[in-house]
Amino acid sequence: MSSHDFWDKDVESLDRKPLQALQLQRLRQVVDHAMRTRFYEPRLKKAGIFSSADIRTLDDIQKIPFTTKDDLRECYPNGLLSVPMNRVVRIHTSSGTTGIPTVIHHTQQDLDVWTNLVARSIHATGSGKNDIFQNMMTYGMFTGGLGLHYGAERVGMTVIPMGGGNTKRQLQIMKDFGTTVLHITPSYMLHVLSVMEESGILREELGLKKAYLGAEPYSEDTRRKIERLWQIDVYNSYGLSEMNGPGVAFECIEKSGMHVWEDVYHVDVIDPETQRSLPDGTEGELVFTNLLREATPLLRYRTRDIASFLPTPCACGRSHRRLSRITGRTDDMLIINGVNIYPSQIENVIMRIPEVGNNYQIHLEKTGALDRLIVKVEISSAMFIGDLKQIDNLKELIKDNLKASIIINPSVELHEPGSLPVFEGKAKRVVDNRTRI
Amino acid sequence: MAKQLNIFVDNKPGRLNAVTDLLAAEKINIFIFTIQDRGDFGLIKMVVDEPLKAHAALLAKGYAAALKDIIIVSVLDKPGNLHKLATILQENKVNLSDARGMVLAPSKTGLCCLELDDIQTAEKLLQEAGFSLLDVKDIYTL
Repeated sequence: MSSHDFWDKDVESLDRKPLQALQLQRLRQVVDHAMRTRFYEPRLKKAGIFSSADIRTLDDIQKIPFTTKDDLRECYPNGLLSVPMNRVVRIHTSSGTTGIPTVIHHTQQDLDVWTNLVARSIHATGSGKNDIFQNMMTYGMFTGGLGLHYGAERVGMTVIPMGGGNTKRQLQIMKDFGTTVLHITPSYMLHVLSVMEESGILREELGLKKAYLGAEPYSEDTRRKIERLWQIDVYNSYGLSEMNGPGVAFECIEKSGMHVWEDVYHVDVIDPETQRSLPDGTEGELVFTNLLREATPLLRYRTRDIASFLPTPCACGRSHRRLSRITGRTDDMLIINGVNIYPSQIENVIMRIPEVGNNYQIHLEKTGALDRLIVKVEISSAMFIGDLKQIDNLKELIKDNLKASIIINPSVELHEPGSLPVFEGKAKRVVDNRTRI
Repeated sequence: MAKQLNIFVDNKPGRLNAVTDLLAAEKINIFIFTIQDRGDFGLIKMVVDEPLKAHAALLAKGYAAALKDIIIVSVLDKPGNLHKLATILQENKVNLSDARGMVLAPSKTGLCCLELDDIQTAEKLLQEAGFSLLDVKDIYTL
């Protein structure tokens, strides 16, 4: 491999030993940052860590207690902030398990690190300044849009910041500007194909070469299907807002597993039950430490994502280990058209409305390639005043409140009291009828 | 002013049967009924001989049921009579939210059930125009 094939050859091909030495040095730095937060200071001291001097080897990371999504919720809005607010240049949030989101603050240096990792990822797929990049991920608080955006600019791509939706216009732009690379969810990629068939735009009129797919799980079969139907190369992308967003792990031109950028992320794969570390090749829950985060240090964050490290090195020459596809979750988080939602978020919204009875169900269906969320709600017998207007208003209210809270637009069905199935013990609230892609 | 029973039910086979089964057991006589299809649910509207008793029985079984005030107007069954009623409503800007009409005895008696927001004003207007307003029990004496 020539140095041209790397964005940062020294770091990307660093031998494992010096890479681990770099991790240790940065871990000690981030532990000192964490000491400055209301959240970590008492926690680390309780675990016997009073400063970075107590981290002597990389294995000492095991002494640090796990951080969970619930911890982040309790820190809302800035219990994890380790710098003065005037050094924070951006805030991102993601869905929490209740109505309270998890917040990540970024300094300019944090954003630079992130942007550089995305640039490294894009470069590893062989893209660069001759590419036209259409970013079809949602912009805003969701990190999918902005994360790739700045990295794509950094490598010199021509960036078209489309965001999601408006598929016909997306296709027209692809055609008019000769888009070569897309960033999109797998289900939306399949949906665009069906819209293209109706729209009269032909595949030959598009200059598409590649797509970066992420934000929702999909299979190797679906990758091959998308590659065949679109005649493009598809690269997997993994990220989570707690660890910046996209650019945490990305496939290189070999397209066989996603390199985790280990100079910035320390990853442990653990058995979610025993919480013990597992060897490469064994599937478990991913536990991430962001080694270069200034504003919001996160140590040993339990992602709830299940995957494994591939046990062999990659043919590309990068020393950073590769992750398998994410095969599942250790919690009940739902991924609906790339948006992460917890059933409890939906419950919190609907149970605040007095006209809603005791029972509800969340149904997930596929319409074409896209997911559809149907919230079935029993109306309260006591609150019913016999009015169609009341019922219509109630439906709109539920829809509006859900949309405001979980971003995606649900269908709402109202049902009579006692009509939805009641289960013994923990009610089966989620009925997922989607076929896996 | 008369009472109408509005019952919220799932839009699926067997729901009307469940309601009528309950009302039959309570020996409730149903005088008028309609069903409105609203996609995932339906609204059954009934004028019955003992609305309070029927309502209590439905609530006891957990139904989402409500009593609503309506106006029942008795009219002579002849051409132009509905138009006369409609003209009064139009002239006074009274808006109907729902209505149903039927003939009880051809060329003699017809009935209109009217649902509207301002029942008291409408009652006054209709009475002044010579229409007779009925309670549910009056229907049986027509």
